Amino acid sequence: MNLFYDTLFNGLAIGSVLVLAALGLAVVFGLMGVINMAHGELMMLGAYTTFVVQNVFKAVLPESVFPIYILVAIPFAFLVSGLAGLLLEKTVVRRLYGRPLETLLATWGVSLILQQFVRSVSSAFAIGLLLAVAIGLFLPRLLVRVQLAPRWAGLKGTISWISAGLVGIGVASLLGEERSLDQPWFSARNLDVTAPSWLRGSIELGGVTMPTARLFIIALTILALWGVTWFLQKSVWGIRIRAVTQNRSMSDCLGIPTETVDALTFLIGSGLAGVAGVAVTLLGSVGPNLGGNYIVDCFMVVVLGGVGKLLGTVLAALGIGVISYVVGSGSLLLIWPAMPAGLNELITFFATTSMAKVLVFALIVLFLQVRPAGLFPPKGRMVEA
Amino acid sequence: MAVLDVRGLNAYYGQSHILRDVDLTVRPGQMVCLIGRNGVGKTTLLKTVIGLLQQRSGSLELLGESITGLPPHQRARRGIAYVPQGREIIPQLTVRENLLLGLEALPGGLARQRHIDPLVFELFPVLEGFLNRRGGDLSGGQQQQLAIARALLGKPKLLLLDEPTEGIQPSVVLDIERAVRRIIASTGISVLLVEQHLHFVRQADWYYAMQKGGMVASGPTAELSKEVVDRFLSV
Repeated sequence: MNLFYDTLFNGLAIGSVLVLAALGLAVVFGLMGVINMAHGELMMLGAYTTFVVQNVFKAVLPESVFPIYILVAIPFAFLVSGLAGLLLEKTVVRRLYGRPLETLLATWGVSLILQQFVRSVSSAFAIGLLLAVAIGLFLPRLLVRVQLAPRWAGLKGTISWISAGLVGIGVASLLGEERSLDQPWFSARNLDVTAPSWLRGSIELGGVTMPTARLFIIALTILALWGVTWFLQKSVWGIRIRAVTQNRSMSDCLGIPTETVDALTFLIGSGLAGVAGVAVTLLGSVGPNLGGNYIVDCFMVVVLGGVGKLLGTVLAALGIGVISYVVGSGSLLLIWPAMPAGLNELITFFATTSMAKVLVFALIVLFLQVRPAGLFPPKGRMVEA
Repeated sequence: MAVLDVRGLNAYYGQSHILRDVDLTVRPGQMVCLIGRNGVGKTTLLKTVIGLLQQRSGSLELLGESITGLPPHQRARRGIAYVPQGREIIPQLTVRENLLLGLEALPGGLARQRHIDPLVFELFPVLEGFLNRRGGDLSGGQQQQLAIARALLGKPKLLLLDEPTEGIQPSVVLDIERAVRRIIASTGISVLLVEQHLHFVRQADWYYAMQKGGMVASGPTAELSKEVVDRFLSV
């Protein structure tokens, strides 16, 4: 029986990562109706941030404070992914508002860019990029005095960005001559984040072995859920976000700055992806393709959970996580060796990670036939209205 | 100075020309009623004033300042409150939260303002008992009262009311009429009203009649003849 609880516990930990990852996606999807294909890559940025924070702690700070690096990495990952998400909203998503298919395609493109970014970023690359962004943003301000005929006025921005890009590429390739600056920051292979010693052991409780790293993930998830719920239910911006989610145009008419609400929500949703990235580093190695492994599962969670209900997201994520782990790890056979022959073969058939995923998808498809609006469809008088 | 001054307004839905050279003026403390049959552009005019629809040409001035091109939330903060057809209560928020959202139009918004003026409970006593219910669970009449109360909490200078009595039981219609009259008397705000209910139309100071997207008649409601009523109010 203990094996059963062990398996369940591990499944719960996997599900918790999925909760963290899908939470941000669900909040953004509920508000803006936008599926952000780059959400998984924002997770990856969070994981890489953890790696960087770990290295900074190793290199600069005394060894005695190393164990707390993971706690420091959480706010940093939130910030890095959140700001990346904010940039994505301001530059891409906002311009495609009300066009979900184009948004899907554009954010997918962004996800590819981000993947390549972590593969090829070097000091020279980063300096060139920062320079290009700075020039692109500030050149138009310097050009304010230059008067152009009205029909050419729009060109000013384009010209600034093109010249900024050229300067950036030029500087980057010049600096790249220097070997030390041309060295990529992260190798293209997967990196391993060393968990601090207090997260490497395990706790025995009533015969169940619980690895502390997984306990930490579950605690982090609960904390994040509590934080998001508090923010949405109690804070001023939370009321605004809920209002815009339910009725955008009326909220606008009431005086709610909807664009700020969109930007803030995207920042928070992306930041949560970053926190999920920190959790992922405790489960395995970190690589540029990390995001792709999670994004499909996250979509499933959002679809299954229904829009606008956090509880739906939580239950859907835990369900998907637990089922795919319990079935995929093959431990069902170990728990129940005396299984009848037919069932036995069926379970063995699905007892690999990829086949477990097939089973979960099949179950979701079946479930959506019965309840197309997900686990918690909206109820009550307003549905008819 | 007029509270609202509309000059030569033209508005389109896609390719179809809805408002044609509309002129309209609302003076301080005045209640102005727009009448006209279904589909002549009354709702479109209100939507253009609040900013849900941007005009193709013409000018919109609120208290002498142009509001052309501003998004709805900035117009709300400058003093226009909008009660749309169908009420548009935020369904999953409680009645209290819906009322709080009315404070967003005040300076500083919800972050600074947390006080719900008890006047709204005096005007609509039914709301006080339902503060913790979800807005979407109220009946149509109660939602209408909530929508008007929410609009008033932002202390607007101009209140836009789109068919406030549509589909509501007669006793509540009288409540709403009484409340609107009391609001004007006590706060001095101006009201631009779209209404089919003749009794309510008669409460207004001035009427504008619309036909095919343009203004075809206007004058004091006291002079609203039976002939005009028959022509412009749907039966």
